[in-house]
Amino acid sequence: MQRTTREEGWRAKEERLRELLIGGLAGDNAAYQVFLKELSAHLRAFLRRRLASLPDEVEDLVQESLIAVHNQRHTYDHGQPLSAWVQAIARYKLIDLLRRRAAVELLTDPLDDEGDFFTTEDSDAALARRDLNKLLDELPDRHRLPIIHTKLDGLSVQEAARITGMSESAIKIGVHRGLKALAARIRGSA
Amino acid sequence: MNTDDLINLLATNAGPVKAHSARRRYTLSVACGTAGALALMLSLLRIRPDLAAAAHMPLFWLKVGFVLSLVVAGLFAVIRLSRPGARLDRVPVAMAAPLLAMWAIAVYVLIEADPQQRLGLFLGSTWKVCPLLIAILSIPVFIAVLWAMKGLAPTRPRLAGFSAGLLSGAIAALVYCLHCPELDAPFIGFWYVLGILIPAIVGTLLGRSLLRW
Repeated sequence: MQRTTREEGWRAKEERLRELLIGGLAGDNAAYQVFLKELSAHLRAFLRRRLASLPDEVEDLVQESLIAVHNQRHTYDHGQPLSAWVQAIARYKLIDLLRRRAAVELLTDPLDDEGDFFTTEDSDAALARRDLNKLLDELPDRHRLPIIHTKLDGLSVQEAARITGMSESAIKIGVHRGLKALAARIRGSA
Repeated sequence: MNTDDLINLLATNAGPVKAHSARRRYTLSVACGTAGALALMLSLLRIRPDLAAAAHMPLFWLKVGFVLSLVVAGLFAVIRLSRPGARLDRVPVAMAAPLLAMWAIAVYVLIEADPQQRLGLFLGSTWKVCPLLIAILSIPVFIAVLWAMKGLAPTRPRLAGFSAGLLSGAIAALVYCLHCPELDAPFIGFWYVLGILIPAIVGTLLGRSLLRW
């Protein structure tokens, strides 16, 4: 009995998130924001369980998965279970991270580890933790400016176009490609 | 930037998104790729002069049907493998069924034939060039299909690369049917399949690096 109620609760939550996402895909930005916010909590729990040995990586990977969900949201099929879609994305990003780390660890001389032994865990973590602002600053203007104006300053596409002298479609494309470029830089920086 | 800031950034002015992106992208890419393969075929080869006569032969349509069913299976495969979490369901069966059917027919034809004719049925007159020509014709389709796939989100890149290659190979084989003089099942079941497998293997090998997102 308890199991059934728990499953019902879980299904209800999934259904709620699915409706928020579908609203978001139809253009309801407020619903989309709630969706991302609630999804991030699930992503964090999902990834924390699977990255027990790498706790410092969890938040970075939550952010990376959120960007991936956003960039790939056009691949969500309305008839598909949301949990399957989100989990497949999170797992893909998790495997990608583990593969990247394995490659890096193969390249580093194991003897170097001794010198790192006394550096405190916290400062190491702070250094390792990626700053998206910094990565955003590295993007070329045609990507960075549309993101800053429409996404951080909250201007409309028309206003952003007026300020930058870019066309409206260039602003839209700039945001889209810029977020993809940001995801690519995250992959390259780790 | 903390995660809440990122969420605000992503949601601000996010706007609507068009549905059925996979179908739209593949319709466009398959159309362009097929046109490219046709153009390549017309410039490198020629349409077989007796095409009208061949079109009256059941064996011609058996060959076309075989290749076409691989195209359809390949299309289902690439669309599903481009969406995270989508199930393959019966797609592997749809891929294997035409192959097994063609091989069964080939075995029957070989058993029924005179022993002296068997090698001829298997090698035809063009076995040396057939797989290579199919692989060459598949190049424009392969590029177009990978472009479409790259704009989507394949989470199993090797399998996705394999399917993209198989789809390109099957479309190339379909175009090649307009030129190819061979009709016998033992030939089709081996040399055509080999030609289709070349881009599929290339796709498998390149999948992980080309389709990363």
